[in-house]
Amino acid sequence: MSKAFTTITSRFVPLNMENVDTDQIIPARFLKATTRDGFGKNLFRDWRYENDDETKPKADFVLNQPQYSGEILVAAKNFGCGSSREHAAWSIQDYGFNVVVSSFFADIFKNNALNNGVLPVTVSDFFLEKIFAASRVNPNAELEINLQEQTIKLLGSEAPPSEGFGEVFEINAYKKTCMINGYDDIDYLLSIKEDIINYENSAP
Amino acid sequence: MGKSLFEKIWERHVVKTIEGGPSVLYIDTHFIHEVTSPQAFNGLNKRGINVFRPKQTVATADHNVPTLNQHLPIKEELSRKQVEALIKNCDEHGVELYGLGHPYQGIVHVIGPELGITQPGATIVCGDSHTSTHGAFGAIAFGIGTSEVEMVLSTQCLLQSKPKLMRINVEGELNKGVVSKDIVLYILSKISASGATGYAVEFAGSAIRSLSMEARMTICNMSIEMGGRCGLIAPDETTFNYIKGRTFAPSGEEWDKALAHWKTFFSDADAIFDKEININAAAIEPMITYGTNPGMGISVNETIPTAATINENDQSGLSKSLAYMGLQEGTAIKGQKVDYVFIGSCTNSRIEDLRMVASFVKGKKKADDVEVWIVPGSKQVEAQAKAEGIDKVFEEAGFVLRQPGCSACLGMNEDKIPAGKYCISTSNRNFEGRQGAGARTLLASPLTAAVAAITGKVGDVREWPL
Repeated sequence: MSKAFTTITSRFVPLNMENVDTDQIIPARFLKATTRDGFGKNLFRDWRYENDDETKPKADFVLNQPQYSGEILVAAKNFGCGSSREHAAWSIQDYGFNVVVSSFFADIFKNNALNNGVLPVTVSDFFLEKIFAASRVNPNAELEINLQEQTIKLLGSEAPPSEGFGEVFEINAYKKTCMINGYDDIDYLLSIKEDIINYENSAP
Repeated sequence: MGKSLFEKIWERHVVKTIEGGPSVLYIDTHFIHEVTSPQAFNGLNKRGINVFRPKQTVATADHNVPTLNQHLPIKEELSRKQVEALIKNCDEHGVELYGLGHPYQGIVHVIGPELGITQPGATIVCGDSHTSTHGAFGAIAFGIGTSEVEMVLSTQCLLQSKPKLMRINVEGELNKGVVSKDIVLYILSKISASGATGYAVEFAGSAIRSLSMEARMTICNMSIEMGGRCGLIAPDETTFNYIKGRTFAPSGEEWDKALAHWKTFFSDADAIFDKEININAAAIEPMITYGTNPGMGISVNETIPTAATINENDQSGLSKSLAYMGLQEGTAIKGQKVDYVFIGSCTNSRIEDLRMVASFVKGKKKADDVEVWIVPGSKQVEAQAKAEGIDKVFEEAGFVLRQPGCSACLGMNEDKIPAGKYCISTSNRNFEGRQGAGARTLLASPLTAAVAAITGKVGDVREWPL
């Protein structure tokens, strides 16, 4: 059971890089925990700090730029490729992001995010570029994500959403219901145990 | 309409389909290891439930284990705690564990096949993206996250949407010195690190058919590097001969029954794929990567691409990658000095890989300023290498034969490549920091790695007598 998800309006952190892999999101040396907690402080560790030293943040990395903050991370295409480590989703969530926006997500990451109440929102390349452009002009620009309506809007820009600053995004209907209600897959699978046993008994 | 190999396996495993949603997919075989399972067991314990089908889960310790002195307690406290948690969880839940010291211990994707647990027509998952390896046997095999590990432990099922289908046909004869790692790095260089995202990828064609099981595993292993949900190859006589007689393979009458069943798994002639790619095997040369994702590969004889020759969208990625790698666009990769050679990982640590390296280095010595680590995929591979005298060949060459584990592929244990150093590696990922913070990885085949071990440089294996 995770937190129920409704509408989020927030500023965002623009990470304009492609192929952000899970080794960057959370390097392997931080996977030694046996609980799900506390991964946020090591999110993007080697991009964030000089020589792994927390007293030396790299000024050019976006998480260290105070003008950017918010519950939404925006990244370029093929976000979350590589390892299946769910620690990547845990670290993003623990840092405080509830939504990741990209034009393309790696499959396993997408599932891991959804299983942890982090919404992956896939937008067009065009819209993604608009978001990055807006962040350059106005770091206070906001995104509004409405899961029920499956819409994402760029606020605080000069044109209204009707003129191309909003998009509809896709999400599996089942996953949407889970996110809105805070259900998880295990609850569902446990509820159909009888079907599973029947399958085993009649397996082809 | 005919069915594809993937569809035949998928359809047999659907317990039910949720209206407008995913399918409930039954999982035959589940592998677990120390890094991605503890939180899943915690979840079970929190719900107060037991593992639903403990006999369908097999555990080993691989990601985090030292590769020297495995008989001693693990020095690093967090690593030791993780391995201890695995022992405790397996014990409490009745799951078979091939842990440190067990003769079956090894990298999860090496031991499954070598023990005969991996079988055609099955659904196989593990909390590790390289689970795609097992697809080489004609199975649907894919990596999952820890929440999904918890689902499989508690219900033996997962909720999955059916991926699109892609077939990659590799036809023709391979050049001398070109091996399966080169095939997969070549495909990656053509379709990119996201070229198969959303697809299940079947590898077919005469060049694939001609490969051994070890070689097929290398290809399916790296289907995840294309973004593929899984990779698979139809089982054939090569597959059946490999499985026959292995520890957990069926025998006697059970074997005959299993064989008849396995022979039904192939793509029908009129099966339809959402995408099909044809590759000419003869065009493939020994490959190497120059950048920071596995799609950034070239032949060892090519020059590193320039911004002008690649797609506009990839240009910022190229300059960032090359800056990290300390390489220049437009220059030759051949002759590039290397500091470390790592031969190991679930991609290339099987007995055939070690034989390939040994046959090349026999009677040669490693270059003075290169450190060479050979990490066998399993205790069984290690024992076989010793039985064949391969360990002596390595010793005489000045290589270090270590003990089984994931090791420097992901640098989770102490086997890390120092910052700024170049490592030619038979593993699967050249991401920034993958082999250690600041480490620079060049992915290549065991043969190309062996050349670097002897010369200290990137070279073309075909310039040597083979």
